[in-house]
Amino acid sequence: MQPQNHIPIDYYIWLAVTLFSIGVLGVLYRRNAIIVFMCIELMLNAVNILMVAFSSYLNDAAGQVFVFFIMAVAAAEVAVGLAILVMTFRNTKTTDINILNRLKW
Amino acid sequence: MTLNIFYFLSFLAVLSALMVVFSRNPVYSVLYLIITFFTIAGHYVLLNAQFLAVVHIIVYAGAIMVLFLYVIMLLNLNRESEPQKSSLLKVAATICAGLLMIVLVGSLKGAENILQADNGATDIGLVKNLGKILFDEFLLPFEITSLLLLAAMVGAVMLGKSEKANDTI
Repeated sequence: MQPQNHIPIDYYIWLAVTLFSIGVLGVLYRRNAIIVFMCIELMLNAVNILMVAFSSYLNDAAGQVFVFFIMAVAAAEVAVGLAILVMTFRNTKTTDINILNRLKW
Repeated sequence: MTLNIFYFLSFLAVLSALMVVFSRNPVYSVLYLIITFFTIAGHYVLLNAQFLAVVHIIVYAGAIMVLFLYVIMLLNLNRESEPQKSSLLKVAATICAGLLMIVLVGSLKGAENILQADNGATDIGLVKNLGKILFDEFLLPFEITSLLLLAAMVGAVMLGKSEKANDTI
């Protein structure tokens, strides 16, 4: 049931779910767009923990390769997202996400 | 012993993740996020996924967090006077996140039953095994990832370029 480290998989599920929920809480709670980005990173990492845990417990390396790809996508996402943030800051002088509803005009 | 390390790392990860959300200064949020990422790397080591632990530290603590810190310093956001949401919205956000957590725990309950009993020493997280699989089964996705990173780099440069010559940022 448990590989060499003797930690039940439930514990990893609890940890990943808690971190994911904290990420969702941050996205809903804060108005600073940079903090929202950080909480998105937190959610991606929660999923990564669960993927590595299941991959290690099921003895299947595909999960860890997926985590590698998720990291690459996260790096690309942060680069483009922060560039968009700098661009909107240049035009609006704020990082408040409520200002982004001006995009609809 | 490993269970104690697991509890310690989990406690630290959850605590610093909460501090990311609740600290007023964005610079402190970034620093707490770095702590969270290091504890997650510790979890990877605990799961015997050493390659991913090293890549995680290099990519997150080395690249992404530096990017965040640079943007915060560049935009001069290291002050504590940002607009807050109304308290009604904050309560609603907390309730929503708690409900989501209950739903996720409920839906993932019983996942331990899919694990088989035959579990030898798992050394699939080592560089040797992971590299073999990455360059054999997953060669095409690996190459396409390089295209994605190239596109992201071009997009970031295009978006971050200023049209006016006398812009400060």
